[in-house]
Amino acid sequence: CYLYDEVSSLAPVNDLMHGHCCSLYNNILQQKNEYVGEHGHTTWLPPVRKIKQQISTDPTLTPKYPHILGIPEFTRRATQLALGKDSPAIVESRVFGIQTVGCTGAVRLGAELLRSFVAHVFISLSFLEDSLAGTFKAAGIEDVQYYRYWDAESNGVCVENMVLDLENAPEQCVVVLFAPGHRPTGAELSQEDWKRVAEVMKRQLFAFFLMSAQGLCSGSLEQDAWPVRHCVSLGLELLCAQSFSHNFGLYGERVGHLLCVLKQNLLAVQSQAEKLVQTLWSCPPMEGARVVATVLSNPAHLADCVKAIAERCMLIRERLRERLRLLGGPWQWDHIIKPGGLYCCFGLNTQQVDYLVQKKHIYLLPNGCLNVSAINSRNLDYVAESIHQALSSKL
Amino acid sequence: MSIFGEVPQAAPVAVFKLTADFREDQNPSKVNLGVGAYRTDEGQPWVLPVVRKVEKMIADDHSLNHEYLPILGLPEFRSSSSKIALGEDSPAIKDTRVGAVQCLGGTGALKIGAEFLRRWYNGTDNTKTPVYVSAPTWENHNAVFSNAGFEDIRPYKYWDAGKRGLDLEGFLGDLESAPDHSIFVLHACAHNPTGTDPTQDQWKQIADVMKQKSLFAFFDSAYQGFASGNLDKDAWAVRYFVSQGFELFCAQSFSKNFGLYNERVGNLTVVAKDQDNLNRVLSQMEKIVRITWSNPPSQGARLVAITLNTPELFAEWKDNVKTMADRVLLMRAQLKEKLKALGTPGTWEHITEQIGMFSFTGLNPKQVEYLVKEKHIYLMASGRINMCGLTTKNIDYVAESINEAVTTVQ
Repeated sequence: CYLYDEVSSLAPVNDLMHGHCCSLYNNILQQKNEYVGEHGHTTWLPPVRKIKQQISTDPTLTPKYPHILGIPEFTRRATQLALGKDSPAIVESRVFGIQTVGCTGAVRLGAELLRSFVAHVFISLSFLEDSLAGTFKAAGIEDVQYYRYWDAESNGVCVENMVLDLENAPEQCVVVLFAPGHRPTGAELSQEDWKRVAEVMKRQLFAFFLMSAQGLCSGSLEQDAWPVRHCVSLGLELLCAQSFSHNFGLYGERVGHLLCVLKQNLLAVQSQAEKLVQTLWSCPPMEGARVVATVLSNPAHLADCVKAIAERCMLIRERLRERLRLLGGPWQWDHIIKPGGLYCCFGLNTQQVDYLVQKKHIYLLPNGCLNVSAINSRNLDYVAESIHQALSSKL
Repeated sequence: MSIFGEVPQAAPVAVFKLTADFREDQNPSKVNLGVGAYRTDEGQPWVLPVVRKVEKMIADDHSLNHEYLPILGLPEFRSSSSKIALGEDSPAIKDTRVGAVQCLGGTGALKIGAEFLRRWYNGTDNTKTPVYVSAPTWENHNAVFSNAGFEDIRPYKYWDAGKRGLDLEGFLGDLESAPDHSIFVLHACAHNPTGTDPTQDQWKQIADVMKQKSLFAFFDSAYQGFASGNLDKDAWAVRYFVSQGFELFCAQSFSKNFGLYNERVGNLTVVAKDQDNLNRVLSQMEKIVRITWSNPPSQGARLVAITLNTPELFAEWKDNVKTMADRVLLMRAQLKEKLKALGTPGTWEHITEQIGMFSFTGLNPKQVEYLVKEKHIYLMASGRINMCGLTTKNIDYVAESINEAVTTVQ
């Protein structure tokens, strides 16, 4: 049994943006980017409804324009969540945070902040969706290049290729790095791999982390943030775009955070960030950030919830692997359980993906990747059998 | 060595700096006539009663899903907001040539509109199309358009300091001499910062020239309902342009008229020649939204949509809006009376002739400095005051201080 909020009624799915859409029912698997529970819907973390009710009846909360950079409580706690309370960067006052409109808003703002200093952006090759590249271009960083990431041979990350590509990166380059939870592959680097990457980054490359699901991959908030914290401990400057959509279920509220870790000149950069925010959205929306700030005042709460989500995802992965193994065939399935979190890549080719969509009504994420949370006890067998068929049929 | 080592400190935003200074001031008689937000007669922000009601409804509604909104926003919000701007019986809406994008406040609506125009208006990616903003205007207009890529942002004559009113001749002259297809940012009502709007007759003249020269009308509507107390009256200019066949944008903000400043509720209404054109425009705007904020926040939009679409709540909202507008009108009338009673030199008719939240008092920078430093009355260097900052308790002090400033400081 899960810790989640009561089941909300089936909402019509009408958004083409997040993968493909169709009604969610037996024998049809709809793939979106959001985490969905066993009942097939997104839900809030348990404390969220109560807090929202409190907010709606709180007479001391008054309507006025918030600070341009967002609610101070929120940015402070989001910063601590990412870096750890005792982070040297926080202690040395080399960090500031900006509340943004979701992760996209954080990426857009970060890119705008960087555009005077960088001429190129490096994104992982497997990220087929072009909106990330589009965001950087819109901000004025026109040259988008790709580093190799997902390796079909090993069904994981080939860190040698990645490091080689980074070593050959042009100067004045910002590199988008994925803290655990790479979308859509779910593929992760080990801590040893990250150490290698961080060494290369020291060579005048600027790290821009996307941390969209802290806690949901390993089940531990600290472990998922390790890559960011490691780079900070090496003294690197970096930006980190955080999303609270997945780990709070607050998709619609657009709660994001841009973390800025600098070596110097904090106030000046902060003042420039304020100017940029004004040309984008003036100041950020309050509701979601208020909820997050309240929950984070007692981080143990969040820790329990994300652990539960991560464990459910891991359980689904294991059961899927077991089913596939039992269905036979020459294929290896260990890579399904290696990474944690929402996403998983099967490396299916185009014909196989088409087969699943057209014949089996299973709509996948780009690259033949899967959002494992959409698999539940009702459709597990069907999904496993369909994948098995896709691989074994002569297509 | 930091890559940010050479970044210069940006100047603080004037209006927020004013409020910061006000907060630090320990003087008990201090008055904040700076930032543009509504205050009650007790000097407090006001949560509209209808807003409180609907907030609770939303928090208690277990059927609401928590998913991402569509990229263009909550459909019932977009359509009801456009109806508010263009009218329930708008022929353009009936012709299905009106669409909208839910945005992050009025700023967000201006942003998306500006980004679209830069990419697709007057050619493709034509950053040289002149963008005209009124002299003076809301200080952020310039930055939003320039950051969207426009290289040529120019002022059009608007405020006549001498006669403390609209410089219609100058305005029309700038319209005539503008290159064809230039973009003009027009304030739908309650001009910020002057509080001076064209009359209906003057709007007709403006529209005539704009039509002849194919100038693009981009309305900024942040005060609908708040200006006169009547939604339809405040929307007259936008509706007139639509009736004259203009294709136009209208950036709507619900910050002031719903008191939802911090939920960032805005709507970019798009009026096109026909549905086909509309659809293509919206499809491009979708792409722009995707790389800016992906999709908009739900809370404020839900609140507004529920209010606008529920008859009793809609009536209650209109009433709340009128309450705010009436208080402002009362303060205007009282300030003018008190200044006249004190025999303050100059004419003060403009205080009641101007409309909306702001008044351009006509005080010069030295007089403003006097008020801020000596009397702890905080107002913008331009002489702009927020009428909402006045209360029955401080209005005498303010009137006397203005009188002092005018008589002793030249």
